[in-house]
Amino acid sequence: MILSLTGVGKAYETGGTRVEVLRGVDLAIGPGETVALTGESGSGKSTLLHLCAGLDRADSGRIEVAGQDLTDAPDPRLSALRRQTVGLVFQQFNLIPSLDVAANLAFQARLAGRHDPDWIAALADRLGLSALMSRYPEQLSGGQQQRVAIGRALAIRPALLLADEPTGNLDEATGDAVMDLMLELGTEAGAGLLMVTHSPRLAARLGRRVHLAGGRLAA
Amino acid sequence: MIRAAFTTLLSHWRRHPLQLAGLFLGLALATALWSGVQAINAEARQSYDRAAAVLSQDRLDSLAAGNGQDFDQKVFLDLRHAGWLVSPVLEGRWSHRGVPVRILGVDPFTLPSGSLPDAVTGQDRATDFLSAEGLAFAAPQTVDELTRIGAEGLPPLVAAEGMAPGILFVDIGVAQRLLRAEGQITRLLVAPDQPLRQRPLSEVAPALVRQTPVEQADMGALTGSFHLNLTAFGFLSFAVGLFIVHSAIGLAFEQRRPIFRTLRALGLPLRTLVGLLAAEIMGFALVAGIAGIALGYVIAAGLLPNVAATLRGLYGATVSGGLSLRPEWALAGLGMALAGAGAAAAQSLWRLARMPVLAPAQPRAWTRASARSLGWQTGLAGLLALIALAAALWGEGLVAGFVLLGALLLSAALVLPGALAMALALGERLSKGVIAQWFWADTRQQLPGLSLALMALLLALSANIGVGTMVSSFRLAFTAWLDQRLPSELYVTARTEDEARRLADWLAPRSDALLPIWKIDGTILGRPGEVYGVADHRTYPDHWPMLLGDQTVWQTLARGEGAIVNEQLWRRAGLHLGDPVPLPGGATRPLVGVYADYGNTRGQVIVGVADLVALYPDIDRLRYAIRTDPAKVPALRDAIEDAFRLPQDHMISQQEVKTISLMVFERTFAVTAALNVLTMGVAGFAMFMSLLTLSTMRLPQLAPVWALGLTRGRLARLELLRALLLAALTMVLAVPVGLLLAWVLLAVINVEAFGWRLPMHLFPKDWLWLGALALVAAALAAAWPAWRLSRLAPVHLLKVFADER
Repeated sequence: MILSLTGVGKAYETGGTRVEVLRGVDLAIGPGETVALTGESGSGKSTLLHLCAGLDRADSGRIEVAGQDLTDAPDPRLSALRRQTVGLVFQQFNLIPSLDVAANLAFQARLAGRHDPDWIAALADRLGLSALMSRYPEQLSGGQQQRVAIGRALAIRPALLLADEPTGNLDEATGDAVMDLMLELGTEAGAGLLMVTHSPRLAARLGRRVHLAGGRLAA
Repeated sequence: MIRAAFTTLLSHWRRHPLQLAGLFLGLALATALWSGVQAINAEARQSYDRAAAVLSQDRLDSLAAGNGQDFDQKVFLDLRHAGWLVSPVLEGRWSHRGVPVRILGVDPFTLPSGSLPDAVTGQDRATDFLSAEGLAFAAPQTVDELTRIGAEGLPPLVAAEGMAPGILFVDIGVAQRLLRAEGQITRLLVAPDQPLRQRPLSEVAPALVRQTPVEQADMGALTGSFHLNLTAFGFLSFAVGLFIVHSAIGLAFEQRRPIFRTLRALGLPLRTLVGLLAAEIMGFALVAGIAGIALGYVIAAGLLPNVAATLRGLYGATVSGGLSLRPEWALAGLGMALAGAGAAAAQSLWRLARMPVLAPAQPRAWTRASARSLGWQTGLAGLLALIALAAALWGEGLVAGFVLLGALLLSAALVLPGALAMALALGERLSKGVIAQWFWADTRQQLPGLSLALMALLLALSANIGVGTMVSSFRLAFTAWLDQRLPSELYVTARTEDEARRLADWLAPRSDALLPIWKIDGTILGRPGEVYGVADHRTYPDHWPMLLGDQTVWQTLARGEGAIVNEQLWRRAGLHLGDPVPLPGGATRPLVGVYADYGNTRGQVIVGVADLVALYPDIDRLRYAIRTDPAKVPALRDAIEDAFRLPQDHMISQQEVKTISLMVFERTFAVTAALNVLTMGVAGFAMFMSLLTLSTMRLPQLAPVWALGLTRGRLARLELLRALLLAALTMVLAVPVGLLLAWVLLAVINVEAFGWRLPMHLFPKDWLWLGALALVAAALAAAWPAWRLSRLAPVHLLKVFADER
């Protein structure tokens, strides 16, 4: 398994009230497998994704990514995991505004010490970014920015690709094109994919769909 | 509607108390430094005015000897017989245990009506005043000081409110006794209404000249340059403080863009919104201004004793050491706070006035610099540099000097963001690693948000380097000059002419040389000055370096064929070698040389001592410089005391004179140093506030880097490094700017203000020390925001991805 969650629980304090967002979530994703995570707004989808990326810590249960237990892993190990193993794609793109497209594409790969210029060039070509390499994020459209974000995530050839509403800010046509690319390149790289989405149409394009409600997952 | 909108706008500050504190403190500090300096100036001016108003000197003509010397009171009687309504005044300095006072002796019977200070006429002690023992009226603080040191020989002291400090007001008979000037008077006050028939002055008293109030010594004019220097520093500190205000206001406006958009969308007219924001700023400025005035009072009260000592040492001006709250500087300070806040808010209000209703509500623009705005800023910097150049090439006077100074500093500050952007772009190009590349690029992106604080830091550092270089250069020149100018080992002042003669006879066989130090005071080229006589002795050619003329001038002086003048008189009068130097009384001597005379604000002329005595036969011949073996000085002092019962305070050794001179020097610049430190503190605070506010706005840029694998600790370290790097780069630019500033101070401002030009020396160790201080300030300013970042809960960073911010 590339991602394994067993009895994962997470609660937040909001206005003095404890809200249990996740209550014993179990999930397993194998290499090359694609899973859509759906649920109501505020159901905890993003929280679950953040736990899988090692961006946040679970209160209970166990999370393993590529064989590494994240439960009590110290901060530097979680950082290393994100650098080396996990590709992240956000709804807000979250590119680095001070770097141009070429530097943004290569950023995580260089952090991970796995910079492969040929692979980056191939990704740029496939993502239709070759002509935009010297532009800065603010000079790109939303679809172009999201393609850069996908390229950045795939540049490390991640074992696990985590995407949080990657097409949420794009129109349908652009969203479909971006989705095609992500699925195609993700599959080629052999990465497991967990994607948060509200769209049943997009969820249907993935291999499996799980629904989060009341803090628990249902198939 | 207005109330609801105003409450909504103010709600921002409740959520951002730190920002409010920054705005408030920035305004309060700026106002405090400005009004503190103005308070000092106002107090000094008040003292000068009071001194000038004593005996109505500011409105009555007077008659005085053309040579500036006291004259026989018989002249007074002659003039009265000739129909002149005049009243005698004897004036002189008297000191006891190092506390000098100005004694003013008057004749109450003949004084023109209304000439006595109100403080004296209000006292019902006329009989006592005229009694043999007499009374002495003085300002309360002067009475306290004289009582504290136990001054002996004075008549009973009476405190009189409203009198200028440092003046003792007595009957003329008492003054003659105290000043050992029996039968002498200094001048005659001329009543405004004179009889129609009176014999002309030239017949009755040809040696006297009539002076209008303007021609009489005006302490305000003499010390004007000193106060202008203080004002310039106050203004610099105020400008540095305004950077904080500008930064805080700009940030608050950007952060409230969503509120503005909503209010506008809900129907609030643009004009009302702008008006409410302007009212809000003015309200803050009023409150912060009042706090600033209170703080300024504290600063001024702390600095005033040093300033008073400086003015006394440098100009002989007596300024009260106590401070009173005066409406003129308090209101001016409040006005500056309001004007400063208005100026700082103008750009933001202008932007708001032009913002479309549905403009993007995200606070982005403030943190991004466009190439266009950088270009505009650099263009303005170039224009200011041209103004500075024009002022340097063609400007004249102190005002041109300050225009040069201001334009230079502002130009350097404006050019800073562009210069830093270029340096950071170069760093990015040269860097290899991905983190290094990101670091340089990200730092460049932070520049707009930090540029105001960095400009403030540049101004503070440059001012420090400039003023430090000037003071240290001055100190070197001054100490070297003291070594040269004070070659004699002991200086002695006799009490009477007879004692002086006996002393000279006694000392002749007991010393290597006895050099008279005789002088007269008088008006030289329209300003108060002094004429000294020097003996024909090798001490002078051996020790006195000439700025103009060679060492043969001393022989010329000994022959009575020339005069030498000090640098300040030479510069002010635009004299050339060979030009006639007019002396008090009408004689002239050709100019044969110019010498440096640091620390003296008066014009000075030196002629041969025989020439001086020939020109002014009534000159006091009381003072001598004694050349002897330095080791013998203490024994010689004791011997003089034993032989002549001459008090120790009539003798002063070379070492004592040097110590006093250096003390005056150090005190002169103590105020400047204090203002320098305060300005640095304000700049450090500006940086802290900018870093702190930026730290909250930077999360969208830092969160992705964190998510991609950099730990919060490492990001925090990089934030710290960024502040250090920017401070270091600013320091690099501050060195040439500071040196230019030092050059302007030494070669332009000093020459215009004091009349002397000093050689410039470089002190690289001081720069290193200052650089280290700047780095420490930057590290301290960045420490808390960096620490907060390192401890920031991931949930705050995750909000960036969840679009919940």
